[in-house]
Amino acid sequence: MIAAVQKAFESNFFYQFRRDPVAVGSASVLLIFVAMAVLAPLIAPQNPYDPLQIDLMDSEIPPVWQQGGDERFVFGTDPQGRDMWSTILYGTGISLLIGVFAVMLQAVMGVSMGLVSGYVGGRIDSFLMRLADIQLSLSTLMVAIIALAVFQAAFGAELYSDLAIVMLILVIGIAEWPQYARTVRANVLAEKEKEYVDAARVIGLSGRRIMFRHILPNTLTPILVISTVQVANAIVAEAALSFLGLGMPVNQPSLGSLIRNGFDYILSGQWWITVIPAIVLIILILAINLLGDWLRDALNPKLYKET
Amino acid sequence: MDTLAFLIKRLGQAAVVMLVISIIGFSIQDNLGDPLRELVGQSVSEEVRDELREEMGLNDPFFVQYWRFLTKAVQGDLGTSYFFKKPALEVIMGKFPATFELVLAATFIIIFVSVPVGIYCAIHPKSFFSRLAMAVSIVGISVPVFLTAIFSIYIFAIYLDWLPSYGRGDTVDLGFWRTGFLSLDGLSHLILPALALSSIMLPLFIRLIRGEMMEVLRSEYVRFAWAKGLHPSRVYLLHAFKNTLLPVITVGGVQVGTLIAYTILTETVFQWPGMGFLFLEAVNRVDTPLIIAYIIVVGLIFVITNTIVDLVYTMVNPMVRITGVKG
Amino acid sequence: MALLEVRGLEVAFPLRAARLQALRGVDFTLEEGERLGIVGESGAGKSMAAYAILNLISEPGRISGGEIWFDGQRLDTLSNDEMRGIRGNRIAMIFQDPMMTLNPVLTVGTQMIECLAAHRTMSEAQAQDLCIAKLREVAIPSPEARFNAYPHELSGGLRQRVVIAIALLLDPAIIIADEPTTALDVTIQAEIMGLMMELCDNHRVGLILITHDLAVVSDVTQKMLVMYAGRVVETGTTAQVIARPAHPYTRGLLQSLPQKNTAGGMLNQIPGTMPSLAAVPSGCAFHPRCEHTDARCSSELPQLRAVGRRMVSCHHAEALK
Repeated sequence: MIAAVQKAFESNFFYQFRRDPVAVGSASVLLIFVAMAVLAPLIAPQNPYDPLQIDLMDSEIPPVWQQGGDERFVFGTDPQGRDMWSTILYGTGISLLIGVFAVMLQAVMGVSMGLVSGYVGGRIDSFLMRLADIQLSLSTLMVAIIALAVFQAAFGAELYSDLAIVMLILVIGIAEWPQYARTVRANVLAEKEKEYVDAARVIGLSGRRIMFRHILPNTLTPILVISTVQVANAIVAEAALSFLGLGMPVNQPSLGSLIRNGFDYILSGQWWITVIPAIVLIILILAINLLGDWLRDALNPKLYKET
Repeated sequence: MDTLAFLIKRLGQAAVVMLVISIIGFSIQDNLGDPLRELVGQSVSEEVRDELREEMGLNDPFFVQYWRFLTKAVQGDLGTSYFFKKPALEVIMGKFPATFELVLAATFIIIFVSVPVGIYCAIHPKSFFSRLAMAVSIVGISVPVFLTAIFSIYIFAIYLDWLPSYGRGDTVDLGFWRTGFLSLDGLSHLILPALALSSIMLPLFIRLIRGEMMEVLRSEYVRFAWAKGLHPSRVYLLHAFKNTLLPVITVGGVQVGTLIAYTILTETVFQWPGMGFLFLEAVNRVDTPLIIAYIIVVGLIFVITNTIVDLVYTMVNPMVRITGVKG
Repeated sequence: MALLEVRGLEVAFPLRAARLQALRGVDFTLEEGERLGIVGESGAGKSMAAYAILNLISEPGRISGGEIWFDGQRLDTLSNDEMRGIRGNRIAMIFQDPMMTLNPVLTVGTQMIECLAAHRTMSEAQAQDLCIAKLREVAIPSPEARFNAYPHELSGGLRQRVVIAIALLLDPAIIIADEPTTALDVTIQAEIMGLMMELCDNHRVGLILITHDLAVVSDVTQKMLVMYAGRVVETGTTAQVIARPAHPYTRGLLQSLPQKNTAGGMLNQIPGTMPSLAAVPSGCAFHPRCEHTDARCSSELPQLRAVGRRMVSCHHAEALK
């Protein structure tokens, strides 16, 4: 496995990376976001979830550069008097957390299904791929909206808000496994024909061992490329669900729920409550997408293609 | 593939999807709230309740109850909305025209912008306009649809005050259909929601058309078309584009479900009185029959549009021509 | 003046990293009804020479030097619109793989009629009659039915016949055929080649046949051109070159052919491979693979010069002849 990673990251790779300002820029932006999210408790001026630190008297203060701004609140405050900068730091963390865990779930499910499908073949293969087709055509967002709406109606809003983070990871994670399964399967089919797999079989290695020790490492590059784009998609899906009120609750907001909170006030002129988290979300997604595009061009893996 | 096999495959797939949806719908009905309480309230004694349960068939085995649900559903009876006190299907279908017109307008924008831009970018990949279009499209793909909606409201409705920000405006009642296409006010209300709904599909299709067409342009049959001395417009628009269409239609079919999901987001932001907006309201009110009705109607729309997409595909691609004679 | 005359043709691919020179000065002529074979390994530039005549080189390649004269008209300076009048009309092309040459989503009829419509004005019915007549001429059974068929409904052999019919549709002066039978089943290769020869004779069409198959060249052409790394290394009448090759490369090619009289013996292969365009050896490009190499070969570029009744570019041609 290490050898394959090294193969993908040959010195040429880093050389190309350093020469491309878009790649360096988007990777830096992404790193800054991750650092912000991880260090949120340390760098945020206030803990927006601690009622003792929030003063309702501070509500709806515009950002510092506008008239009426307060230098304690760089990006202003929301109607509950919470510091926008602090809520954004914490919200980015929640968005990233859901995105990364959902994608890990997708990858584990998709890769195992893809390996089984490609290696075993036959009826299991055609069944899994048929399932993948149907799943993909149903659209993740539609499935997630309906599933979460049903859960919310079944559990009641109170209980649901405690479970929201787990539900979001599960729903977004389960809905997108076919992306991985198809690509891994295609790669397995291609690798299966190669000599080293025959050699492994000849010396009597078991099917499972061949899959995990020999075939899987060769599919790491496409998995890496897909994962980048998938994290962006998962964060967008989470934001959309939270915006609809089916995701993170107000007292534990992700970027999506911050935008939802602010949307009620945009018509009355308090634009910053919506627009600032929205811009943060867009920059985060753009950085990941640009990095994903660059990785795809640089590593040029075998990806599943619709025909 | 002959016609019969195609129809069987199509119907089989549709049946599976609808079966799954109906089971989901039925389980929701079974688990969300107590149908008895909705009817008689809490004041009735336990014995009377049991009697009523028996009478309503709520103690019947799962499959008997499911079968009853299914036969009713097939006849168009999906229960009565708790909130509107009207048949759920009737409530949903009343909102169908609004959603349909929004999707139609967005689809028009997507097709009439992405096709020419995608073709141009494929033919002149190095031109300034192509580079600009590609840069804008990666930004476009990164802006979630509800943010495009919010920003367009903020800019065009609040800041510039050019266009209305919410609702459908004046509509004309055609008896069976309430349309916003026939009044200036209705059309002006349609512009922002339709643009927002198309905003995320547009860059996707531009990139797709460009990529597929660039590949087709390198093909041997396009070179042969040039060697025949054909006019460039014929080479690009017939020889190359017709082949580009095949993968684009396939991907387009997959996007139908996503587009329906985006109508929920768009309608929520613009308070567009369509099915998606209604659905979210129903979720908040725990109006179970309405939730079920929405899921089933959306499932049907999904199955129908996918069949249409398949038919269009077979029309463009002679290799899967369902009524062709094999040589 | 010959019908087609190519002088000092150069084709370059200006890439960001380097400028690749695909053709480095190629000369040849073709008379009316004459048949010329261009041979060489893949990468020698033989297809490039043919595509350059019709200015069909793929981006970013372009003609960077030389002149192409056809029927008293200079082709390499024509605009795209003017060139279009020549393509398919006066000079037609036949490509290697009939599976890839015909557009899969258009009927045979559409792909024939559009060619007529691009160059002539005639009624739909007239055009259809002409197309069906041509299909009959290339011996396609039940041409009326095939006219409305899609390419995937035809076999490889039938498809190549359709391509030939399209090439002959407007009675061109020259047909350029790029490996026209390579992709076909061995059993029908001879059949298709025979058909092409017969039709070229009947219509007095000149033929430029690009191939790596020396046997075919010796069967059907009157003149031949051997190319290596973007240059002509030997040219002359086919009979002469085949009988007594003067360039070591031509010899190598001939020796690697299975011979009737040496059945059972080993085939000789030329050691090594064609150099890439990015790293063409100095001097004679063939010298690293040649058994007669000396110091002069690696430093001085041999010019194409008359040796006997053919042209050769080898310092040792006289000695080897």
